[in-house]
Formats: sequence, structure tokens, C-alpha cells
Amino acid sequence: MSEGILIGLSTAMQPLNLLMVFVGCFAGTFIGMLPGLGPISAIALMIPITYGFDPAAGMILMAGVYYGAVFGGSTSSILINAPGIAGTVATAFEGYPLAQRGDAGKALAIAAYASFAGGTIGAVLLLAAAPALAAVALSFQSADYFALMVLGLTAVSAFAARGQFLKAMMMTVVGLMLATVGQDVSSDTYRFTFGQVDLLDGFSFLLIAMATFALSEALMVVLRRQMVAPEALAATKGHMGSLALSRGEIREMVPAILRASPFGFLIGVLPGAGATIASFLAYGMERNVARGEAKARFGKGSVRGLAAPETANNAASTGSFVPLLTLGIPGSGTTAVMLGALLSFGIQPGPSLFQDRPEVFWSVIVSMYLGNVILLILNLPLIPYIARLLTLPRQILVPLILFFSLIGVYLVSFNPFDIQAMVAFAAFALVFRLMDYPMAPLILAFVLGRLMEENLRRALLINDGSISFLWERPICLGITIVTIVVLAVPIFDWWRQRRVVTAGEGG
Amino acid sequence: MVVTRRLLLATTLALGLPLAAPQAEPMVESIHFLIPGGAGGGWDGTARGTGQALVRSGLLGNASYENMSGGGGGKAIAHLIETADRQHDTLMVNSTPIIIRSLRGNFPQSFRDLTPIAGTIGDYAAMVVRPDSPFETWQDVVAAFEQDPRSVKVAGGSVRGGMDHLVAALAFAGTGGDPMSVAYVPYDAGGDARAGLLSGETDLLSTGLGEVLEQHKSGDLRVLAVSAEERLDTLPDVPTLRETGSDVTFVNWRGFFGAPGLPEDLADRYAVMLEAMYETEAWEEVRARNGWVEIFTPRAEFTDFLEQQEAEVADMFERLGVETVR
Repeated sequence: MSEGILIGLSTAMQPLNLLMVFVGCFAGTFIGMLPGLGPISAIALMIPITYGFDPAAGMILMAGVYYGAVFGGSTSSILINAPGIAGTVATAFEGYPLAQRGDAGKALAIAAYASFAGGTIGAVLLLAAAPALAAVALSFQSADYFALMVLGLTAVSAFAARGQFLKAMMMTVVGLMLATVGQDVSSDTYRFTFGQVDLLDGFSFLLIAMATFALSEALMVVLRRQMVAPEALAATKGHMGSLALSRGEIREMVPAILRASPFGFLIGVLPGAGATIASFLAYGMERNVARGEAKARFGKGSVRGLAAPETANNAASTGSFVPLLTLGIPGSGTTAVMLGALLSFGIQPGPSLFQDRPEVFWSVIVSMYLGNVILLILNLPLIPYIARLLTLPRQILVPLILFFSLIGVYLVSFNPFDIQAMVAFAAFALVFRLMDYPMAPLILAFVLGRLMEENLRRALLINDGSISFLWERPICLGITIVTIVVLAVPIFDWWRQRRVVTAGEGG
Repeated sequence: MVVTRRLLLATTLALGLPLAAPQAEPMVESIHFLIPGGAGGGWDGTARGTGQALVRSGLLGNASYENMSGGGGGKAIAHLIETADRQHDTLMVNSTPIIIRSLRGNFPQSFRDLTPIAGTIGDYAAMVVRPDSPFETWQDVVAAFEQDPRSVKVAGGSVRGGMDHLVAALAFAGTGGDPMSVAYVPYDAGGDARAGLLSGETDLLSTGLGEVLEQHKSGDLRVLAVSAEERLDTLPDVPTLRETGSDVTFVNWRGFFGAPGLPEDLADRYAVMLEAMYETEAWEEVRARNGWVEIFTPRAEFTDFLEQQEAEVADMFERLGVETVR
């Protein structure tokens, strides 16, 4: 194992690869900072650029982009109260009040330290958990994979924001439907191709990811102009306040980080629950733990209230790599895009990756971590300058993103049909985004749909057509029970709300 | 602005440009590689790897690449035929599936509509079991299959009616079994099929030898038989399917095709260039990195080989009850 880490480290430390992290962190921060654009868009935009790269260099660039985008999201949450992604919404709760108070620099520094600590502790836990789980994963059969994917898809809807359960479920179904287009892997027949040669291979993952995220998010930026507070704008023009933290603030921050790291990691490991849920839960937990005066500061710029969600979302991001690397199953929209990126480098994550090519497995982990380290070193001193990018006119930024999305997809397939399909999907996504439908379940279902169908059909073939494996195999039975419990959460929530409403009417 | 040598070097490396100009006069001025699949696939790797070796070794002046995915390769074939007149410097990469897919009618053309240049690399099929499997020899597997075909679940990395299924069915049919009753379980790729075998859900794996050679040597898997004509130098203790009584040979090849009506002298020159490539260091580097096996079959020899393979596959499809168009 230590040998693997060393190989990973020596690869990552090559000058060209370090340059990659630098470029990645910068590009990621920049994209992530634009309100509405998050890591999914940032990574999807990078996939076509990294085609033909050496896998290590490409992976390292991705890692930089990923952490950069998460950090960029925090930056816009703190400075202009416009979270780049759902995962940094909780950051704005305490970060924005701090910025309004004139402590923008301090808030950004706390976010950077907390993200770094969360990522570091997450990486240590990943080092311990991944090989153990990879060993167990070797005995996973098709039936177990099927049950696990059903759990992932159920959880991503069940944990969607309140009142969005049905919307998320609908988007999941749309994703599953899109995944059925093209050649059916089991029997070699074509489905839903309508005699179109271009549909024979189905829709490419990159096309769907770019259309439902990068393209439609950029268009949303045009449609929704957020109001920006003058104090925060002042911060973006260079009046950041000090970046330094006082001893008391550090003392307040450290325990929050230590609590939120393992917590966030565990949430991240669960399929379907990612950075967003981890950050909200960590924020809630921190507020419950706080007593007296510390509790009163929540909502007015609490240091620990900012550190907890920032730590948890990074730890959760790292944790979500456990199922991705060991089972090859993405548990969230972001890891689904990461899977697409890994596949484009010819890396197929899964139990056999760890066994056959440990050096690749470890260099992925090491480069993910390196992205985290470089981000702290580079971004902290550069925060005031990077923040100024927020004042760049959108008339320049949005067309750039639209251009790179369309060209990016075209440069991979060289098929004009892909451009047409992409525009159509982006229009669809835009309409549904305006109606507040979440897109992450769609992309996750699209990625998992094919795998899920294949695994189900294999399990049926192996069991001679019987679905008894769902309760006869212990792993399968366990996962199925968890799925039912997860499914009960929003139903129970809905039932409880209804009861409150009826009780209120009665009284 | 001062551009240092180092910066220039870094840029050159980053862009993947060749550092040194190729020596002497290249055998062929330029080749445009047409790749019927997307970036990152097996065809893509073969075309780019070959092009890279040719340019680095100075045999070829200039290589360009075009990915044209769609219709399991059918789109690129149609394009090459439609624009044949201006495609004299184009080579399309392809492999065994061109035979399987055209027989099954996935696209209307076949290799006969193109100009076969040469088969360049190949891989034999292997029948593989877990190290702790009760099957000691291929004959054991056949015996179990004859007792109850459903007791031998066969994993493979291709669709039903695809290459891995076909080879397994051929192997069982060779000893008089019913190829129709083979319990074939399809996986997305050879690696997934191997994981399925190791997880215990299937009993036999039909795959490319290159994918399991290392594990066989390290004892993580056991190869019971290979589809080669004779025993292989790399695996002297593993029998061929022929020895075990199934009269089956099969090689999964990759090779290059020109446009229809390509002048003979040009086609020959391309074949000679590919043959010369095997002697170069640049090729050896690419070959070793990918674990490819050399099977050079140029021009007429290649056409004969394709015709023979097509006849074998068609015969098998007939016995499997799979509909074919020829």
C-alpha cells in the first residue's frame, strides 16, 4: 500500500503535473465562483480538453478543477450570497453575514482552512476504507450491484430538498429513459433509435452532462440576475479585510472541524447522499452542540457555523470516492461526472482496478489530495485577486461557457447531430430548472441506468429468471431493507406535515 | 517577451508535439486515420498507437486522426465508401466485429466493399476458470455442460451473439454439445466479466487471452484452453481447443482498410510500411505498453483470412439460430 502511495506521489510531483494542478485549481475556482455553475459543469467542461492527455496528468487536472470549483462555490456564497452549488448553500448562512460585517477575508480564510482540513481527514479515512471495501467488493455479484444502484437512485431523490421528492423521482425516471436509447447490451437489439444512425450508440454521457449542467446553468445565469450587496461588492474590489484569524477564532474553529470531518465522510460514503446533505447536517449538528453565547452568534457570522459545513462538504466529496473507486458506482451527480472523466482516460473504477492496477488507484487518490493541498497554498494568497473575477461582465463569461460546452462535445464525437441533441436537451433542462426540478438525479440515473439494467438482466439470467436473489442473498436483502427505510423518510415527512396541518385546522 | 527554451519545451511536451524531426525520407508522406469509434476506445488506441509509432520511426511523414462514431462503426464505413475518390491517403482501423456486425446486418456493408490493407495485431480467445474451480481441464467443463448446460454459466465481455459468446458456443459445439443451450451471461467489457467470474456468479469466462495472461501466470485465474492453432510459446502448458477435441480456432484481429478502388500500388505501399513498422523501437514501445500480439497478414493473405473467418462465423450463427443477412 505504501508503495502505491509513493508511486502516486512521485507521479503527481512531476513539474508538468504540478502545472496541471495549478491550471486546474485556477480554472475550477473561476468556474465554481460563477453563481449557478458548480463542479459538475467544471469537470464536464474539462473532459474534452483532457482527451489525449496522459491519464495521470488528466486526473490531476480534474482533481484541481474539482476542488477549485468547490472552493469557488464557497467564495461566491460568502462574498455575494449566491452559492455556486447546493453544496455551499449552508456556507452562505454564516459566511455572508461575516462578509457583510467587513470580515470577508476572514470568512474566506476559514472556508479555505476548513475545506483543507475536511479534505485531509477525508483522504486519511479514504486510505483506510477503500482497500478494505475493495476487498469486500470482490465478492459483489450482479444482484448486489443492482440492489445498491436502486438504493443510490432512491436516496438521491429521498434526500432532495424538502418538497422535491416527487420532482427528483421524475427526473430519475427521465434519466433512466434516456439511458435505454441505443443498442441493448444484453441482446444486441436497438431501442428507440427511430431508424436514426446517430442514435444507434445512444446518447453520450458528456452530451447529457454538458446539456443539463454547463449549458443550462450558463443560461440560468442570464435569466436570473441576483441582487448583490454593496458591502460584498466592495470586497470583490479588493477591500477584503484581514485574512488572519485570532487565537480565539482558531480555538472555536478546530473542534468544529474535528466533529464535521468524520461525519461528512460517512455521509459521503452513502450512495445518494453527498456534499449537500453533509453540509446541511453538519451545520445543524454544530448549532445543536453550541451553547449560550456561541449559539446566539449563529446566523450573525459564527466561525464554527461556517467551518462545520465547509469541512463536511469536502470530507463528503472525498467520502463519495469510496463507492466510486471500489465498486465503480457513482453515488452522486458529481461522482457520476467524475466516472465519465475516469472512463475517458481508460480507467474503469471497480474492485478489479484496485487489484490489477493499484498504481492507478493510488495515483487517483493522491492526485485528488494534491488538488486539495495546492488549492490551499495557491488560493489563500490569491483570494483578493480571484474574487475580482466576479466583477467580470457576464456578457463575456456566459458566451464563453456556451462556446466551450458546444465545442467540447463536438471535438469528442465530431458529429453535428450531437450539437443539435445538446441544444434540445439544454432547452429541456432550462424549462425544468425554471420549474425547480433538480438535475442531479437525471444525470445520476442516466449513468446508472445502463449499469442497473445490465446487472438486473444478468442476475435474472444467472438465477434462471427468478427474482428470489433479492431476499435470498444476504447482502442483497440488507441493501433492499435500507432502500425501503430511505424511501420511508420523505413519506413519513409528508405524513407528519399533513398531520400538523390537519391538527392546526381542527384547533 | 522572452520565450525561454524551457518554456518552449514545456509547451511542446504539453501539446504532445514531436520533439525531433523524423530522419531521412519517409516511406509515405501522410496518412489520415479514420476511427469508427469515439476517443479512448480500442480502435482509437490502435489507430493512434500505430500512427504514433509510424511517425516517430520516420516511416510516415505526417499522421492525422478523425473519430467518427455511430452505428457500431457503420457510419465511418459508409463515409469512407461515399467519399472514396478523395480518400486515397485514408486508413480505417477495424477488427473482428466488422465481420460479426455485417453478418448480423447491423450495417449493410462488409469488408468486401473496402480495400483490405493488413491485419496488424491480434489476440486469441481463452477459456478461463477461478483458481479454486472444480474444473481441472476443458474436458471437465464439457462433461458438466453435457449433464446440465445450465450448471455452466459462461461470462463474456460482449453482447449475446457477440464475439465471446460465439467462441464459447463454438467450443462447446466442437465436442458435440448443443450451442443453443450455452448459458451465456453478457458483461459490458472483459474486465467486468472477469470480476463476475471471481465473484462466483459465473463458472467459466470466455475472453481475450491478453486480458487474463498476467493473472494466469500469477495464479489468480486458470486458463483451461486457448483458441490458437498450436500451443503458444508464452503458455506451453495450456492446451489448444483443438487438442481437447473441439475443432475450433479463432483470432480476434485488428487491422487497417483503405477506401474502395484504392490503387494497388498505394495499397501495397501502405502494407509494406506497416510491415517495416514491426522492426522499430517506437512500435515496440507502443506494443509493449498495450500488450498487443503481432499477427501480420498483408493484402491478399488478409482478404483470405477475412473470408475464412466470415465463413466460420456465419456457420456458427446458423447453428446458434442467430439470423444473418448473408
